[in-house]
Amino acid sequence: MISLAGVTKSFGDNHVLQGIDLEIARGSSMVIIGGSGSGKSVLLKCILGLVWPDAGTIMLDGQNVTTQDRDAFLARFGMLFQGGALFDSLPVWQNVAFRLLRGSLKRPAEEARAIALEKLRRVGLMPEVADRFPAELSGGMQKRVGLARAIAAEPEIIFFDEPTTGLDPIMAGVINDLIREIVTEMGATAMTITHDMTSVRAIADNVAMLHAGRIRWTGPVDQLDTSGDPYVTQFITGSPHGPIAAVR
Amino acid sequence: MTPATPLGATGRATLGMLAAVGRVALFAARAVSHILRPPFYPREIALALLNIGWLSLPVVGLTAVFTGAALALQIYSGGARFNAEAVVPQIVAIGMVRELGPVLVGLMIAARVTSSIAAEIATMKVTEQIDALVTLSTNPMKYLVVPRVLAALAVVPALVAVGDVIGIFGGWAVATGSLNFNPAAYLKNTVDFLEPLDVISSLVKGCAFGGIAATMGCYFGMNSGRGAQGVGRATKSSVEAAAILILAANFLLTGAFFSL
Repeated sequence: MISLAGVTKSFGDNHVLQGIDLEIARGSSMVIIGGSGSGKSVLLKCILGLVWPDAGTIMLDGQNVTTQDRDAFLARFGMLFQGGALFDSLPVWQNVAFRLLRGSLKRPAEEARAIALEKLRRVGLMPEVADRFPAELSGGMQKRVGLARAIAAEPEIIFFDEPTTGLDPIMAGVINDLIREIVTEMGATAMTITHDMTSVRAIADNVAMLHAGRIRWTGPVDQLDTSGDPYVTQFITGSPHGPIAAVR
Repeated sequence: MTPATPLGATGRATLGMLAAVGRVALFAARAVSHILRPPFYPREIALALLNIGWLSLPVVGLTAVFTGAALALQIYSGGARFNAEAVVPQIVAIGMVRELGPVLVGLMIAARVTSSIAAEIATMKVTEQIDALVTLSTNPMKYLVVPRVLAALAVVPALVAVGDVIGIFGGWAVATGSLNFNPAAYLKNTVDFLEPLDVISSLVKGCAFGGIAATMGCYFGMNSGRGAQGVGRATKSSVEAAAILILAANFLLTGAFFSL
């Protein structure tokens, strides 16, 4: 279980997170929704230790993440970045097998390549893609390679940062289905940040809405439409009228 | 404008500069500390050696040969004013080995390598590749910075040595081709005149300039701002800082080697 209590983070006068309390149960898929600039990415980076919170505690299975061994902690995570974040200088299979070619999870190169090819197949990419470089792939293919990299070491927890941004609706649907299938078959805990409501409904078990640096509402995805919270209602209907300022 | 304003601005600028020097020094110290601790990435080191060393040879060679040739012409022309044309081999040798070789190679490395390192790492930062490295349990200092700094420390002295030799060859070619110097005598005068300290100072300068060039590229890349403008600013600042530090270090090293 991932548990956040009173997490705050400011950048100068910009108080991005103002006391986040959130729990994500093991094996569940939590989707964080919220407007642009609401702090969703910062929250995710705080959990991963890419950004240090100013205050509050982040616990993973009852242990404070800031005091854990970093390598052991990160070895439990996989992450799909918004833009893929593939390494330009490496061919696709080495991107996917990056973690398996070095560090504590290192395997022989042939074995790592075989796992990379299997993960590429899992996300619907042909073996011919393996020896191409990221710049030679379309946006949708890069996203799928990023997804293959995120699951290559079979992590217990997977984070997805805006997994469908910049994709056409069909490719977005493919990615949503893949995420749902992978999370279900691996039994992984998933945390996704997005403002794509189609993704929310496809991926989430539970939803939390982040607004003004705080969790505004949280609950099962099937209660999203009946939450009664005016912020959530405005967000999911995409209305310019409501408590969330249209001009920010 | 009140009298305090320029004073305050000067104070703020000074404090800002000192803070920047401190940040660079801490970054360099962290890089050095990581050089000594595993894990090591030999493939990244080999790639950096290739990029910084082998692929810089054409630029270094062309810069050195034209500089050595021009230096021979200048010394011949200047020496003629007091009947000292015969010192061309000695002055070309000392000029290239002690000063122009290391400084020009250092500046060319700053232009070619520092800019490339800064742009590459800054682009990796703005496209979240550095964050991706961290999430894949890989320390960016060890994976990106250490190989480049190590490679530059090792290979730039070699580039300086090559530049020195090619520069001297440029002077020899002009002197023997159009200034009527005897080829064998020119080379003998060159070799006889140079002292071990001249060569040692040249190589030490190469090592220092290589370290500066790679460290500045890595520092500004890792601390880049957002977007294309951030990458552009990081690249520009890295080359400016590397060039200035190389010239300052050259002055200090020249003083240390030859003023005592």
